[in-house]
Amino acid sequence: MDLTVEEKAALNGEQGETLQTAYRILVATGEATNAERLVPIKWAHLSGVNYNTIGDAGEEFLREISKDVRVKVKTTVNPMGFDFDHISEFKHIDDEFVQKQASIRDSYIKMGVDPTFSCTPYDIFDLPEKNTQVSFAESNAAIFANSLGDLKTNKESAFSALASAITGKSPYSDLRKDDMTAPMTIRMKMDNPSELDFGMLGFFAGKVGDTSVNISGVSKPNRRSCKALCGGMGTSGTCAKFQFVDSDEDTSEKVDFGKEEMNEIFDELNTTDKGDLITLGSPQLGLEEISDLSKMLKGRSFKKRCMVFCSRAVQNQARNLDYTNEIERAGGEILSDCCTCLTPLIDKNETDSVTTNSIKGAYYLKNSTGVDVNLKPLSKIIEDETQ
Amino acid sequence: MSKIIVQGKAQGTVLKTSNPINFLGAVDKQTGVIRDKKYDIYEKSIKNTVLVFPHGIGSSVGAYTIYSLKSHQSAPVAMICQKADLTVASGCALANIPMIVVSNEEFESIHDGNQITIDTKSEKIFN
Repeated sequence: MDLTVEEKAALNGEQGETLQTAYRILVATGEATNAERLVPIKWAHLSGVNYNTIGDAGEEFLREISKDVRVKVKTTVNPMGFDFDHISEFKHIDDEFVQKQASIRDSYIKMGVDPTFSCTPYDIFDLPEKNTQVSFAESNAAIFANSLGDLKTNKESAFSALASAITGKSPYSDLRKDDMTAPMTIRMKMDNPSELDFGMLGFFAGKVGDTSVNISGVSKPNRRSCKALCGGMGTSGTCAKFQFVDSDEDTSEKVDFGKEEMNEIFDELNTTDKGDLITLGSPQLGLEEISDLSKMLKGRSFKKRCMVFCSRAVQNQARNLDYTNEIERAGGEILSDCCTCLTPLIDKNETDSVTTNSIKGAYYLKNSTGVDVNLKPLSKIIEDETQ
Repeated sequence: MSKIIVQGKAQGTVLKTSNPINFLGAVDKQTGVIRDKKYDIYEKSIKNTVLVFPHGIGSSVGAYTIYSLKSHQSAPVAMICQKADLTVASGCALANIPMIVVSNEEFESIHDGNQITIDTKSEKIFN
């Protein structure tokens, strides 16, 4: 890689050990992804916050570096394991987990991050101007930023995003370049797709696509469906960008997503026909989705436990606008700073199966939490699971 | 030496495996012993070796495992791969373990038990 004089000096340790480590990470990931140099970034979004995912090694590392590391650019962070405001309601979570999670939270805050604890930073802040270079580690957020937010980011790892936050730089890999074209077009063959179908389309595209794909046959999906598409895509592979195209008359390779492909993914992730509880979120719900949900629940009540995940910022806005009343009256539990994926709130010793409309959620519920999954679009959840 | 991922100098005995390594699941992060029976280096320790393997697989959190190995003095002294992956690249960067990617030919020419020296400055591997 071509480094500037300052970057070389930092890599050689002339600005201290921490910056040296940060530059070593940027150079290592840059070399691994064939980037020729580093570019400045305006915003970093970090993963590696949930104690369930980073474990003791991550907790120790963050505690150590937070002694002297401070972030240099605007930095937001992914969800934790649980919502501290509601932890007393979940008796099965042990003190050690709570203590380690608190340590991780405090280390990040000490480093100067904005304590968003959200996988949907794009729902919390206005996005910067078109083509701004950012550094997002959460896969759904990186895909959203590249595909719908007109921003540019690699599908960063927890480490490259942290190094970017500390240095304000990131490797200039292919995804950051203007002339990038997708070698493949996925042809959507399903009519009137639900957000669940969009999640499966994303999951399929992530499996077959490389770094970037085109998607044809889709007309203006709503925000819930767009987020489901980003979530599904980020779960199954390394694809970090899509663009909707009107026609598929170009030279790219064509792959159809029809009934057969969809059923295959459904059968992979749907393992039961009913759930003990419901989760909504992954990605966390935005204000518009909370508003929709409150309208759908008017005069109805959940027949079983339903966890509704949204960021703290969205929850506060929703409370001010009274969207939360209807959801809580219907029995929905609004939880912030955490989400469906890898939350210890759902424990396989207490729960056999979960109903959700999230493909990303389904993947982690099945493979990490170890419970059965019942997949349904939100409209069907309201129809079947409320009265 | 086709690509330097993390710079440095190291000397040690080669431990070579044909299995891609999942650092999060397969390696004991305190002792460096391989805990997964599916590996051809099962029950061997990667501590202080020059670890030669195709590439990393699995969760990117595996990078923290590499950092943890280093803090327990159980890390390899260097890693040599056929392909660069972000987990091993960032883990070695975090833990300051020299890491290089070599051609298939070079990879084949390195044998288990070889004493080798790596110096990324001179871009050489000495047998």
